[in-house]
Amino acid sequence: MSSAPETETAPRISTEQLEISIGPQHPSTHGVFRMNVILEGETIVKLKPVMGYLHRNHEQLAEDMSWLGSMPYTDRLDYFCSMSNNLAYALAVEKMMGIDVPERAEYIRIIMAEMTRLVNHTALVGFLLNDLGAFFTPVLYAFREREKILDLFEATAGSRMMCNYMRFGGVKLDLHPDFLDKAKDIVEKYPAFLDETERLLTKNEILMSRCQNVGILPKELAINASITGPLLRASGVNYDIRKIDKYSIYDRFDFKVPLGTVGDVYDRYYVRILEMRESFKILKKAFKEIPAGPFISQKGEVAAKSPRNMKVPAGDAYGRIEAPKGELGFYLVSDGGTKPYRYHVRAPSFINLTILEDMCLGQKVADAIVILGSIDIVLGEVDR
Amino acid sequence: MENVDQIFVNAKKAVIDLIDGFLPPQAVLVVSILISVGVIATVAPVIMMYLTWLERKVVGRIQNRIGPNRVGKFGLLQPIADGVKMLTKEDIVPEGADHLLHFLSPVLVVVPALLVMALLPWGRNMAAMDVEVGLLLFFAITSTGTLSIFVGAWGSRNKFSLLGGLRAVAQLISYEIPQVFSAIVVIMVTGTVSIVKIVEAQPGFNWFVFTPWGFTGLILFYIASVAECNRTPFDLPEAESEIVAGFHTEYSGMKFALFYMAEFLQVFSLSALAATLFLGGWQGMFLPSWAWFFLKTYSLIFIMLWFRGTFPRLRVDQLMGFAWKFLLPMSMINIIVAGIWTYAPPMIAWAAGIAIIVISYTVLTKLNIRFHIDRNRKFILVD
Amino acid sequence: MWGSGVLQGMAVTIKNFFDTYTKKDGIFTVEYPEKCLPAKERFRNFPILVYDEKPEDLRCVACDICAKECPPKCITIVKAKDAQGKPLKQAAVFDIDFTVCMNCGICEETCPFDAIYMDHEFELAEYDRMNELIYKKEDLSKPWNYFEKIRPTDAKEINARRASLPTKPTTPPSQQGS
Repeated sequence: MSSAPETETAPRISTEQLEISIGPQHPSTHGVFRMNVILEGETIVKLKPVMGYLHRNHEQLAEDMSWLGSMPYTDRLDYFCSMSNNLAYALAVEKMMGIDVPERAEYIRIIMAEMTRLVNHTALVGFLLNDLGAFFTPVLYAFREREKILDLFEATAGSRMMCNYMRFGGVKLDLHPDFLDKAKDIVEKYPAFLDETERLLTKNEILMSRCQNVGILPKELAINASITGPLLRASGVNYDIRKIDKYSIYDRFDFKVPLGTVGDVYDRYYVRILEMRESFKILKKAFKEIPAGPFISQKGEVAAKSPRNMKVPAGDAYGRIEAPKGELGFYLVSDGGTKPYRYHVRAPSFINLTILEDMCLGQKVADAIVILGSIDIVLGEVDR
Repeated sequence: MENVDQIFVNAKKAVIDLIDGFLPPQAVLVVSILISVGVIATVAPVIMMYLTWLERKVVGRIQNRIGPNRVGKFGLLQPIADGVKMLTKEDIVPEGADHLLHFLSPVLVVVPALLVMALLPWGRNMAAMDVEVGLLLFFAITSTGTLSIFVGAWGSRNKFSLLGGLRAVAQLISYEIPQVFSAIVVIMVTGTVSIVKIVEAQPGFNWFVFTPWGFTGLILFYIASVAECNRTPFDLPEAESEIVAGFHTEYSGMKFALFYMAEFLQVFSLSALAATLFLGGWQGMFLPSWAWFFLKTYSLIFIMLWFRGTFPRLRVDQLMGFAWKFLLPMSMINIIVAGIWTYAPPMIAWAAGIAIIVISYTVLTKLNIRFHIDRNRKFILVD
Repeated sequence: MWGSGVLQGMAVTIKNFFDTYTKKDGIFTVEYPEKCLPAKERFRNFPILVYDEKPEDLRCVACDICAKECPPKCITIVKAKDAQGKPLKQAAVFDIDFTVCMNCGICEETCPFDAIYMDHEFELAEYDRMNELIYKKEDLSKPWNYFEKIRPTDAKEINARRASLPTKPTTPPSQQGS
């Protein structure tokens, strides 16, 4: 560690570089994540992220469990959005097994996925402002709205966060009888909350001066580094897996994809708010059109009743979805047995973190925390 | 009405009369001073304790939750519980720290904050020290707190504390200049530096805030005071622990409590001073004078708590830019407006005052490049 | 005007401040433990074993399916043997380690005998991990009418299904949830 006192004025005084380690215990709430930062005065010269504090060996555990047995473990990858994780895994296995999913189950899956997107983006707006220093007020407003959706999840799936709801060929249980009424009510009132948040935050001069032109990510760099999700779309690249792959029944819904122009922290924040507004359109249409019917196919039901006997034909498949944080993919290899041969998770937070250094170079230390907050990582995914 | 208004003054006079017969005049003088000092020294920490309680309740209500309500009814005993907690903590001093400076620094920070309480006029005839140069003394005493913070940062022998302390000192001295310039307008118009006479120059409801220069002066003085107390949105020194530790990291237990107390005492005394200079101090009708004083002070304090619940933090360069490039020119222009007010006939004074302030505000915000935020970002929605 | 965004933000927070006094659900928090939120029916916390009449006659026949399906392997079952050493349709030892159980509910889904279900109890904190948080058969046994009280809709369907079938359990439940 260098010992010369830092002076920010005369350039003819040669200052030594200061190396500090931000984390793993953070005042900002992203989890156990460490950044080794080398500073020259106030500017960042080099940044190295250090992760692995939350490694729980998910991929290797799955090789010893039945295919359905690792469904509860996928809840715990991105612990804010458990329904999306379940959906991605179910899609990948269904590709290999060739199971169809009944109509009602498809609609239920889309409703849950879009509500998860609302939950995640709301929490991100809160946490980004917490990093900026707005002493918990936006966090608590965001959590107030989240609570209503989490109550719905609990009434239907049994648990607020670790839902374990999707099964191969459908979902585990049918929707709770008053799910639709309560959900319609929430989606009616949500735009009012978004408007209130926008009034509090979007035109706020302090927020704008701290977020604009900070942490700019150029288009080509984002594409080359395989960044996905709102981070990519804020830089202006039109890549949304719901439009490209059209997995599940997304082709029946028409919604727009918001793109940013500059690619700084402010764009990322605002793109997420616009995405939430698009999700309302999808949800309203799904509530109107959801048919009655079975919620799981026959083969899926048999599989869910005795998972230890469910064999998946040999082969491999890669199933990906547009999770709220980016592209979440599961690469599964089966050798024809009841346990996976190889199970790999393509976690969006992990891949998006590789670009952290390039975005932070030349910025001040205070901005590094804000940039990290805008990437929207969750350590469960980064370390698996 | 007169009796309720002067109840504290009469009580003290009764006590002095009681002992007048027994002791020589010098001793009576000493006892009189001791009574005033004793009352202030008791009241000030109680005010600070219940200010922490008020902050937690107000910020809690802003966030749709009840604040503390377990310890005593409405959580009124919460500050006492906090005090007990701070007292029973272990006092950790880093090994290489300069023990004398480390020990002295909290004391040096609290003493000026307590001292200025004696200069404030708490009601009619209720200023403990009625000095001819009261306002100047106020600013001089609060400035010494700045150096004490640096003493604390240096004495911790911690690189991060030093950085935090340097930033705190830079912030405090930058914001002192707009603060004093905003107070100068009052001195100009009333022609006196004594706080008690400034209050007496605003009889009834003719407060200075109802004039163009007074209104601007209040806003500028208030914003500069928020920065002087290290409150959000200018709370870099104390909450900089995002990245670099603040200047009071190495202090635990009672020493930290003393830093905390100094901050809240400053909140109270600067709000009280703003109320005194611009809002008419204890002037007002129907209620006793000390009731008006507390009412005005606590309204300004409520606004500070409201800021805390709403705003994110400014970055260090934006903070300094705000002080030097915006507040300082505005406060200088305010002085010119006050001058016009004093020497021109009323209609021209009002019109010229408002026109100059509005024009200078727009020009300054346009000139400041850092303030150019992009309000019209385009976001494309594609299929 | 520069500064209007800031003032709008302040208006939002002060509106929330006054709402806590005037609106009915202005305060969003609930003062636990004096007031509790109502429990949701499908909430799953930890498993219980059900019996119909006597606590010794659990429905569980120790088939070991739930122990095999449990992802973190928190269930330990040892079949009971009678005097000659022949296995009985009962469990001698049925332990669930609550420090390992992750409340996934797969044991409830896969049990063919309607013997194990997820409970709503969550105030289960103890001081001693080894002795108190490994629940034995007696701690896990709860009567069927307790289940009917906490999950009435599911209990109705299960009763209807059990009444209409012969005494041995056969196919898995169809679209009625379990």
